[in-house]
Amino acid sequence: MRLIDEKAIEKIALGAALLGTGGGGDPYIGKLMAIEAIRQYGPVQMLDPSEVPDDAFVVPTAMMGAPTVLIEKIANGKEFDVIIDHLEKYTGQKVFATLPIEAGGVNSMLPFAVAAKLGIPIVDCDGMGRAFPELQMVTFHLDGITTSPMVVTDEKGNSMIVETINNNWSETLARTATITMGGSVMISIYSMFGHQLKKSAIYNTLTLAENIGAAITDKQDTDVLPIDRMIDFVDGYKLFTGKIVDILRETRQGFNFGKAKIAGINDDKGESCEVDFQNENLVVMKGDEVLATTPDLITIVDLETGVPITTEALKYGRRVVVVGLRCDEKWRTKKGIDTVGPRYFKYDIDYVPIEERVKGVQ
Amino acid sequence: MKYRLGIDVGGTNTDAVIIDESLNIVAGVKMPTTLDVTTGINNAIKKVLVESQINKHEIDYAMLGTTHCTNAIVERKGLCRVGIIRIAAPATFSIRPMPDWPESLREAIGDNIHIIKGGYEFDGREITQLDYQEIRNVAKQLKGKVDTIALTAVFSPVRNDHEYEVESILREELGDIPISKSSEIASVGLIERENATILNAALHTVATRTVEGFKAGLKQEGISDAELYLCQNDGTLMSADYAQRYPILTIACGPTNSIRGASYLSQNQNAIVLDVGGTTTDIGVIMSGFPRESSLAVTIGGARTNFRMPDITAIGVGGGTLIKEIGDNVVVGPESVGYQITEKSLIFGGDTLTTSDIAVRLGMMDLGDPALVSHIDEGFAKKALSEWMRLINEGVDRMKISAEPVPVILVGGGSVLVTDELEGISEIIRPNHFPVANAVGSAISQVSGEINRVFSLVEMTRDEALDSAKSTAIDEAVKAGAEPKSIEIQEVEDIPLAYHPGNATRIRVKAVGDLCQ
Repeated sequence: MRLIDEKAIEKIALGAALLGTGGGGDPYIGKLMAIEAIRQYGPVQMLDPSEVPDDAFVVPTAMMGAPTVLIEKIANGKEFDVIIDHLEKYTGQKVFATLPIEAGGVNSMLPFAVAAKLGIPIVDCDGMGRAFPELQMVTFHLDGITTSPMVVTDEKGNSMIVETINNNWSETLARTATITMGGSVMISIYSMFGHQLKKSAIYNTLTLAENIGAAITDKQDTDVLPIDRMIDFVDGYKLFTGKIVDILRETRQGFNFGKAKIAGINDDKGESCEVDFQNENLVVMKGDEVLATTPDLITIVDLETGVPITTEALKYGRRVVVVGLRCDEKWRTKKGIDTVGPRYFKYDIDYVPIEERVKGVQ
Repeated sequence: MKYRLGIDVGGTNTDAVIIDESLNIVAGVKMPTTLDVTTGINNAIKKVLVESQINKHEIDYAMLGTTHCTNAIVERKGLCRVGIIRIAAPATFSIRPMPDWPESLREAIGDNIHIIKGGYEFDGREITQLDYQEIRNVAKQLKGKVDTIALTAVFSPVRNDHEYEVESILREELGDIPISKSSEIASVGLIERENATILNAALHTVATRTVEGFKAGLKQEGISDAELYLCQNDGTLMSADYAQRYPILTIACGPTNSIRGASYLSQNQNAIVLDVGGTTTDIGVIMSGFPRESSLAVTIGGARTNFRMPDITAIGVGGGTLIKEIGDNVVVGPESVGYQITEKSLIFGGDTLTTSDIAVRLGMMDLGDPALVSHIDEGFAKKALSEWMRLINEGVDRMKISAEPVPVILVGGGSVLVTDELEGISEIIRPNHFPVANAVGSAISQVSGEINRVFSLVEMTRDEALDSAKSTAIDEAVKAGAEPKSIEIQEVEDIPLAYHPGNATRIRVKAVGDLCQ
């Protein structure tokens, strides 16, 4: 167990932007909510998954809906008291701790606000190790944990408990409610017991985010670029260094589809690279060769500052590095690849782990 | 003959120009900016009058582009105590107003914060109804404690009725206290819009004093017949009265003025503009005669905001930028001696190596004493030059939106530092009067009229509503002093509101025209 304060939150938010792989919503509002709650109620206890008793009831908390609504209609803060109250009454279980469903983007931050306000610990793990766009794209789903009972609450105090026959129905029903409730709601989903969490969660992703943030902002060693410090720390891959020369965008069914074209500079001079995104970055190509695909992590960061760039903020002329990170082994199973591999996102590409692809190219 | 006086206050220099009614430049001067700003303005007026030798009474218009408001926020000086009212409850309590502001700026504004019932959903439905008694109670609590009020309702860029209703109730209770409404200032993004609105409210007194000081300065120099305007950061003017209501819109008018001045001097409506000053090179883009706006959040004095700002990239290369040798490398900037260049750089007998010293060594410009830099190794000097050209080339490239070559206009006192070795561009233009392009931009500014409201489409069609909005905007521009024949519609925005009682759409139109001569 250790305590998470305001400074740690700043670092986790920066690291969460990297794990967000270009999507997941800007962690800014989530960060402000977490900091405000910590200022008011004090630092948050963070537990290692091994410290959670097998019979403890743990509850992932998150926002659902459009992050662009959340930046205008910010949460009241009491939504999670309502959620936990309903969940405890409905299940007869006492909530022991919360955790993020995804370690990337705005949802990596909200559970810190929940933990501070309710005085419960947060567990240092999540269900993605990154960000993904759909509710079933979590390791909990791979292990058969159900979304039900899901609790949905708005800032006005309205709430509903959703009990469905399968996880897809939860997604469909909750989406509809979200729009009626004003486009952005707070939820709890995949509530489970400690023994399930220990089996299915991706461990220590919040600490990972914090260390990534620290590596980017470390002012000690100014001779090394932040990006090199960070790559070194996460044992990741500097897939391509270059300048963005074109951005193609298209909105279809609520998703931002697009492609960033990058012309090589420095070591990659003379080469060209393309990053394909659907909210999150999904495929990187260097010429005709695939460098990496989902579920491995692909993030574009600023060459000078090392700060991750979301797909909305990609702009002609920016000097960037395309960074690749190995995803968790849980995603590399057959069910994992079926759920979030390149073919699920309609690419005619087989998943090959990033470390093998990089070796092949070199 | 009739004339205009244009002034632009920058970090290093205060520039003034006189232009005639055909917009020819009669005289242009550069004077150092003073700590109190106003003295520098008066000095520049005095000098430009002497140089132009015109009859002072023939000056019809006086335009001022100034950093008063930016400085007030950065230095936390002369700011008003603001009553902050957010119309949002029960939403938004998880982040209170001014969440990540520097403590010193929060203290200057005060801690009079109220979150009251009201605000809208994304589609224009009410979150809750307004509670009139609650509003009156808040007014009583604020009475006597604050100088101005900032009102921000959730989703007011979609529907602003609640901001107007709350304003009218506050008026009944508090009389004619200045009230800033967020829907008139910035766009979607509650915290950023609220920040901009609070800063706007805080600047009321500074704006009033700036206007009074400018009036007094003009009077002192015998300019008694001129109508007075302040420059906004979109390249149009605002009356003294308007400036007191929307002072935040003057922030960053300097870069806007140099972009518009450069465009006018070179007669080029679409180009990249480089304004090289003492400390930085500001790179902006002119599109159809107006500066491209930034699409990202802009931080002012430590507060994150989202109101319209010109899209500017500042590079640490100017006439006073430091040159250092570290190992085998030459490092350019970003530190600068700024306005102290005439004391600190080598060519003026100082001990600091700057870009100007290198430029004199290489014979690129004539300034100070060349003998004082003749000892610098030519190879080293060339290396320094190619390093700052690399930085500038990178900056230019960053501002381009495609790989297509575009023209570049070079202005500002330090623009001689930039050689013709620019990449990815179609031509380099160095217009006449380049050192005072920003004051020229100030003098040629236009006036605008704007409308921004919700139209019900029950009794009129969308096209009829758009036509009605356009003619209202044009009327407003005429009222602001525009020559009717010159007026053009510059922007039209139309956001349909789903779930709004009756089919409705919110229309924003901006019309821009030349001042009548």
